Amino acid sequence: MLPRPFKLRARRPELADTVTLELAAVDGQPLGFAPGQFTMLYVHGVGEIAISISGDPADSNSLIQTIRGVGAVSEALCSLPEGQMVGVRGPLGTAWPVERAVGKHLMVVAGGLGLAPTRPIIYWALANRDRLKSIDIVYGTRSPDQILYPQQLLGWSTTDDARVGVTVDRAGQDWTGRVGLVTDLVPTMLRDPAETVAMVCGPEIMMRFTAQALADAGVPQTDIHLSLERNMKCGIGWCGHCQLGPHLICRDGPVFPYPEVRDLMTVWEL
Amino acid sequence: MTESNIKSIADILAAHPLFAGLDPEITDLLGGCAKNEHFSDGDYLFKADGPADTFYLVRSGDVALELRMPGRGRLTVQTVPAGHVAGASWILPPYRWRFDARAVGTVRATGIDATCLRNKCDANPSMGYQVMQRFLPIVAERLQSTRLRLIDLYAPPADVGRAL
Repeated sequence: MLPRPFKLRARRPELADTVTLELAAVDGQPLGFAPGQFTMLYVHGVGEIAISISGDPADSNSLIQTIRGVGAVSEALCSLPEGQMVGVRGPLGTAWPVERAVGKHLMVVAGGLGLAPTRPIIYWALANRDRLKSIDIVYGTRSPDQILYPQQLLGWSTTDDARVGVTVDRAGQDWTGRVGLVTDLVPTMLRDPAETVAMVCGPEIMMRFTAQALADAGVPQTDIHLSLERNMKCGIGWCGHCQLGPHLICRDGPVFPYPEVRDLMTVWEL
Repeated sequence: MTESNIKSIADILAAHPLFAGLDPEITDLLGGCAKNEHFSDGDYLFKADGPADTFYLVRSGDVALELRMPGRGRLTVQTVPAGHVAGASWILPPYRWRFDARAVGTVRATGIDATCLRNKCDANPSMGYQVMQRFLPIVAERLQSTRLRLIDLYAPPADVGRAL
C-alpha cells in the first residue's frame, strides 16, 4: 500500500507541543474517511507514524490531523514547514459506530489529546443533530493550558445542540471551571444511561475507569466504544506490532466495543 | 420544623443520589436534621478549620473545594457538582473542615446538621450503618480520583502508537 503525496497547506499551533496540520492531496482526489479512522503519515527520510484524523468527515478535500511531538517522526511533522510534502496511507482502521447513536443520547468522553480522534464524531453529531436525542461532550485534561480546541469547546457549549462539560486535574486561581477527574463528571452528565451510546478516547487508564463508570451508571456495555492505541507500524495488520491479545489494533481497531477489550485492558503482559 | 416541612425535605433527600432508595423511615429521620439553603456565587458553604457541623447535598450548581496557599492564592482541589456531597470531615473527629467550600455560580443545597445526624446514627445503629454505606463510596471514589490525578494520566506516553 503506497503512500499518496499530500502537501501541507496550513499548520496551526494548538498546545506547546501539539499542532494541527491541514493537508491537501497533490492529485486533488478527496480522501474520504469515517470518524475514528487514522492515517499513516510518512515524513521523507524520517519515518512513518499512525495519526488519527481529527477533521470533519463531511469535508474530504482537506485532511486534518492533530499531532503531539513525542518522537522523531511526530516532532518532524510538528515542525514541517507549510508547502512541504508528506506521504499518506489510509484512511485505515475501524470507525466509531455513530449510527448506533441514532435515536439515542450520544456521550463523547475525551481525555487530553483524545479530543482529536473524537472531534469527527462531534462534527458528525452536530450535522445529524435531529437524529439524536442529545449530544454531551465530556472533556478532561491535565490543566487549563492543556485544553485542546478551547475555542471550539466554548462554541459548542454555547449552542443548544450540545452540552459540554470540561474538567481539569489541577488548576491555578485563574481557573473558574471544574477541577476533578473526568470520570467524576461522567455520571453527573448522563441523561438516560440505558438510552445512551458512549464513545471514549484518551489515555488507556482513563478509558478503563470511564468505561467502568459508564457501565456502573447503567450504560449498556455494548453501547460503550473505546479507541485504543498500541505501537502501530504497518497499519494494515501485517506486522503484528500493535497486537492486543487476539486483536491487531490497526486492523481490528482502533475503535472497539468495550466488551471486546474490557478484560484485555487489565492484562499486564499486553 | 413542621411535619409538612420534614416531609418535603425527606422527599428532597430521597431524590438526591446519595440517599436515593433509602428506607423512607430513615429519610424521614434524616429530614429532621436537614434544611434547604441557597448560596450566591462566591459564598462560602464552610471554611477550612471551622467546625464540621453542617455538610451539604448539592442539588444544583457547583461547589469548589479550595485551599489558600501562601503566595499562590486560592487553589481549587476539586469541584463538587450537583448530585454530589460537599463535606466529609463531619464523619470523624475532630470534626473540622480541611478545605474551604465556595459556591461557583448559584448553588442550591440541602444542609445536614452533622451533630444531629451523628446523634441519630448513634441512637439507631441500623440507620447509622446505612448512612455510612452511602458515604463510604464517596470517600472511596475521592481517594481513587485523587490517586488517578496523582499519576498524571495525560502525560505523554514514552512509547506511543498513534501520536493522536
